[in-house]
Amino acid sequence: MTASSSLSVPQLTDDLSTPPLTLGQLGWLRFRRHKMALFGGVTLILLLIFSIGGAFKYAEKYANFNDTAQRLKPPSVEHPFGTDSIGRDILARTIYGGQISLFIGFMAVLIETILGILVGAVAGYYGGAVDAILMRITEALLNIPTIFLLLVMAKFFGGKIPEIHIGARAFSGSVVVIVVIIGATSWMYLARIVRAEFLSWKEREFVLAARATGTSNLEIIFLHILPNTIAPIIVSSTLSVANAILAESYISFLGMGVQEPTATWGNMLDKSAKYLDTAPWLWFFPGMLILLTTLSINFVGDGLRDALDPRSRAI
Amino acid sequence: MTTTLLQVSDLRTRFHTPEGTVHAVNGISFHINEGETVAVVGESGCGKSVSMMSLLKLIPSPPGDIYAGTAVYRNHDLLKNSEQEMEDIRGKEISMIFQDPMTSLNPVLTIGRQITEALREHLGLSPESAEQRAIELLEQVGIPDPARRLFDYPHQFSGGMRQRVMIAMALSCAPSLLIADEPTTALDVTIQAQIVELVARLREVLHMAIIWITHDLGVVAGMADRVIVMYAGYIVEEANVEDLYDAPSHPYTLALLAALPRVDRRRDQRLKSIPGTPPNLLVEPRGCPFAPRCEFVIEKCRQENPALIQLGKNHATACWVDVKTGAPR
Amino acid sequence: MFQFVIRRLLQGVVLLLILSIALFLLMMNLGDPIATMGSGRALTRPEDRARLTRQLGLDKPIAVQYLYWLAGNDWTKVDSDGDGVPDKNGTRVGIVRGDFGTSLVTRKPVSEMIGERIPNTLILMVASEIITIVFALVIGIYSALRQYSVLDNFLTTLLFIGYSMPVFFVSLMSMYIFAVLFKKWGLPYLPTVGMFDPQIGKTLTQVLWHMVLPVTSLSVIYFAAYSRYIRSTMLEVMSQDYIRTARSKGLPRRQVVYVHALKNAALPIVTVIGLDLPFLLGGAVVTERIFAWPGMGRLFLDHLSRADVSVVMGILMLVAVAVVIFQIITDIFYAWLDPRIRYN
Repeated sequence: MTASSSLSVPQLTDDLSTPPLTLGQLGWLRFRRHKMALFGGVTLILLLIFSIGGAFKYAEKYANFNDTAQRLKPPSVEHPFGTDSIGRDILARTIYGGQISLFIGFMAVLIETILGILVGAVAGYYGGAVDAILMRITEALLNIPTIFLLLVMAKFFGGKIPEIHIGARAFSGSVVVIVVIIGATSWMYLARIVRAEFLSWKEREFVLAARATGTSNLEIIFLHILPNTIAPIIVSSTLSVANAILAESYISFLGMGVQEPTATWGNMLDKSAKYLDTAPWLWFFPGMLILLTTLSINFVGDGLRDALDPRSRAI
Repeated sequence: MTTTLLQVSDLRTRFHTPEGTVHAVNGISFHINEGETVAVVGESGCGKSVSMMSLLKLIPSPPGDIYAGTAVYRNHDLLKNSEQEMEDIRGKEISMIFQDPMTSLNPVLTIGRQITEALREHLGLSPESAEQRAIELLEQVGIPDPARRLFDYPHQFSGGMRQRVMIAMALSCAPSLLIADEPTTALDVTIQAQIVELVARLREVLHMAIIWITHDLGVVAGMADRVIVMYAGYIVEEANVEDLYDAPSHPYTLALLAALPRVDRRRDQRLKSIPGTPPNLLVEPRGCPFAPRCEFVIEKCRQENPALIQLGKNHATACWVDVKTGAPR
Repeated sequence: MFQFVIRRLLQGVVLLLILSIALFLLMMNLGDPIATMGSGRALTRPEDRARLTRQLGLDKPIAVQYLYWLAGNDWTKVDSDGDGVPDKNGTRVGIVRGDFGTSLVTRKPVSEMIGERIPNTLILMVASEIITIVFALVIGIYSALRQYSVLDNFLTTLLFIGYSMPVFFVSLMSMYIFAVLFKKWGLPYLPTVGMFDPQIGKTLTQVLWHMVLPVTSLSVIYFAAYSRYIRSTMLEVMSQDYIRTARSKGLPRRQVVYVHALKNAALPIVTVIGLDLPFLLGGAVVTERIFAWPGMGRLFLDHLSRADVSVVMGILMLVAVAVVIFQIITDIFYAWLDPRIRYN
């Protein structure tokens, strides 16, 4: 009986089912498959073009230019989104309002991501008393509905920051205030996620190995463990942008947010409630824009969550 | 006089996934007689669990698709049954026990409830008689203090005990056929032996046929009357248990037997493993699915997938080569 | 179990203390409440302002003000006539004894003011919560059972849109459709302001009618979020091994879903709902503003803008207490529901 030695491997005609790919490549391939996520991504890009590109068509002066003779006009060729209660063109205001709203969204998330990572990483890595204290603070903040926190902080900081001038444009100081307070009241969710990740990753052997070779704690946290936790951070941060934009619109709507004449989608809605029956275009356009933005971000975030799921290696 | 209990012909099951269609079961045919124990052997992913779950139509149906074949149980094709009709068969005529007793029992219901619900559903027993019967069943499977343990939850039992509870549940309505899907794989070796012994004992009492799915050939030797060997969704050999061990006729069976660690081998002899990897079920094979890993492979193997060839009484193999001589049949 | 409850209560108290200190510090810098107090001429002279400041104890250091707020001032002498000399004992007993202080704006006891408004907010919240839970269960379970179907995909998308909407957009839209448009089209239309029509009076029908729009606004978003969560929980549970076992026993589908699956899915669902309940108060703030509903949320907004520390702190602490209590209740409930925790 002829039998090849058990050590020789015959020619294989079938190959490995999954070619080796980086997480990024894998993520993109899988993201592409989610039609809704792609739709969300495309819509977001369109919205960005609207807000940034639109500024080239309408000067900011125009957005703030009011002609009371033209007040409350319904949508027309001259004013595609109509005019508001003091005669300003709504389309132009939504363009500039979009800039502010989106800017606030992204900047607030930047702050909250940094804070969240710092708190979560330190609490998760060092554990013990540090963890306990940080977690008590996190929980305490989580125990108050965000709106209350936001409103109180908005009142606290309100009016304390003067107008900012960048180039030819003027921004109400309240923009900075809003960015800071939204960032300061939403980091807790990310902190919890990051902490949980760190708790599990710090037990891995490569961390032990790094410590044994004398790597500093800071290096371990930021160069070794943190890169492994990128996926949930990306997903959480993406979804947070939607929350931040919503938060800004809520406080602006309640009159405590960005102040006139700087427009945001939120404060445009604030003025519209009075004219509900006579001028629905006042709330419809800004409202729809907020909806489209948060919807797209949520779609993209959902797609990212599936695409970056480290447990599944299938394409 | 042995009567055929179940006759399966050309059963085919596939799964529609985003990556493509997975051909899990590719036309298997076998039968099982009353009171007989048939072992189904093969690697993980060879289709043994999927084929038996197809019999009970327990395959989740949007991705899963039992698209061909018949499974005639007592003159009735199971695969043509409606869900209602299957519900009458499951648990009553044909029962199943599963691999992992930890996750196969509902953690928020008492085991008493999980046993009595089958009794009440299929036999129409009142709550009191069902409870009585459950206590008897627990006694039969060797659970001490059954009257009190009836009200306990699965997490309050050890692994071996949980498997006994599963057995009690499955046999509560005295089915004619028990499908055991690797029931001992997740247990300690000593507990394994106990469970095997328990099932063997109950089999006698109930005159029950058993399909025992396993990848452990040692268990097969102790329990089975006949053996079916599966690979890549095909049956590659079937034989009486003695013939399988005395005269294995398929290269895969040979390789499986050779891979068994044996007490009587020399210490310096290396353990034999089967080279290569199991085939990708997304692709329908051209030729014999085992060809890439086979030590007896000839050109014909790569061109044509062999059908089962009868070798003798109850012994069939799907191979172009006679493994005793190495020459084509 | 008892130990568990005690421990949670103690943790809760510590949490509340920390919160109250942080909030109080924040509140102290909100602005000058004296400036917003309305009685016109009487407060324009600096001597009057100084007197009022001393009377209200606003000249004391923050730590002392916090202490009075927490534990009252009836155990010490305060300056009740504002002349700079402490004369008799104060009248406040502090929040730990239930005294929320007096509003700096209306001079009425805060507890009374809150007490007036709380039932109105609770009506909205309870109604929203019930509607949300009922509908979310129905849609969530239905959609999980019909996974992959056209209806499921459609519902999933719809729910996604639902929970991406800001509350006020829902409110404004529903107001526009059901109040403005319906009125224009001559259909019976829904009221949009307040709790009842003052000409008719506070009858049950009036209140119910006026509740429809605010409750809808609140419910839509939570219902969308919960449905998605219930759906995904059910899907996860239905893919578990023990469901396969239940089916293999030949149990009817109804029993498999509503007994075997739902009992397991209930655990995380109950947790989410229980922990989320008090946060409904946040949504109430916006809704009450839009619909001019006389509830606690509006009270908060009105008095925040006038830097009325007592009222704002009172409401904030109440909300925080509610959150902590609900957390404890949910934990206890969960421990009771899950036999793995109950019998250990």
